[in-house]
Amino acid sequence: MQIRLNGQSRDVSDGITVTALLHELRVRPERVAVLVNQGIIKKPSYGSTTLRDGDAVEVLTVMAGGMEEIR
Amino acid sequence: MMGHKDEALKFGGKEFTSRLIIGSSKYPDPAIMQKAWEASGAEIITVAIRRMNLATGGSLLDYIDLSRYTLLPNTAGCYTGEEAVKTSFIAREMGLSDMIKLEVIGDEKTLFPDTAALVEATKILVKEGFIVLPYTNDDPIVAKKLEDVGAAAVMPLGAPIGSGAGIRNPYNIRIIQETVRVPVIVDAGVGTASDAAVAMELGCDGVLMNTGIAMAKDPVAMATAMRYAVEAGRLAYRAGRIPKKLYASASTPLEGMPELL
Repeated sequence: MQIRLNGQSRDVSDGITVTALLHELRVRPERVAVLVNQGIIKKPSYGSTTLRDGDAVEVLTVMAGGMEEIR
Repeated sequence: MMGHKDEALKFGGKEFTSRLIIGSSKYPDPAIMQKAWEASGAEIITVAIRRMNLATGGSLLDYIDLSRYTLLPNTAGCYTGEEAVKTSFIAREMGLSDMIKLEVIGDEKTLFPDTAALVEATKILVKEGFIVLPYTNDDPIVAKKLEDVGAAAVMPLGAPIGSGAGIRNPYNIRIIQETVRVPVIVDAGVGTASDAAVAMELGCDGVLMNTGIAMAKDPVAMATAMRYAVEAGRLAYRAGRIPKKLYASASTPLEGMPELL
């Protein structure tokens, strides 16, 4: 199935959880906040939140404006 | 030296020795940013919440020693109260902090705050248990309203964000300082050391700056200058300046002058 991930299309396995997605992305959960269809997902729910086809997922972190090295 | 020690800058149940709060944007590279933070003596760093670059997995958190610095997440780029409130909840969910530098921008050209939306968003976030530090304009009435709805500090601008135009309305900043009981932190407009000193001499409790340091030719040197300026301005405020007069007043008394001619 396909999701929108940080504004771009991405193929993921059907019914993937937020935990599995972050693992696939090699992202440490404690460093991010995750939104699914604009709703904030609480960290304890990452394992039980399954994604559906067409979901819009945002993986957010602390960033510095105007510094390419960090981006 | 001063007869008694200066008190700490306090808000949200925390105490800070440094009165300079520093940003994390627009630096030439991360190494210079880290050196500038060090040179500034700042204990609080304000940070933005953005999409992670999933190709690199990079985060500003890789560059911040959290045992040393307190993070102050901000809602930069939010044009409605709703966006700003949501961004605050995202920051909280990231486990960063319950403190939020609340920005609700009213206009792209000036980046002046939408103060009506700001007061409303402050009210909502305070009820939700956030420690809210709103970026506001230099209007004492709005500052009072922010305090009344529970802001932990008020952060009036000295001049537009990134303008480096200094403290454009020192009279209003002074009135704000006399009006509210929460800390007053000048946020935005500081271009060089004297601007920071002016803010502190007016009696403000602190200064927040980003561009003035990050975009200076030598950010590390400018961070050092800002550190001294904030300290000097604070000392001068506490020392109590002499009143301004139109005419001279001799430094040396005439008593004991000899008959010379």
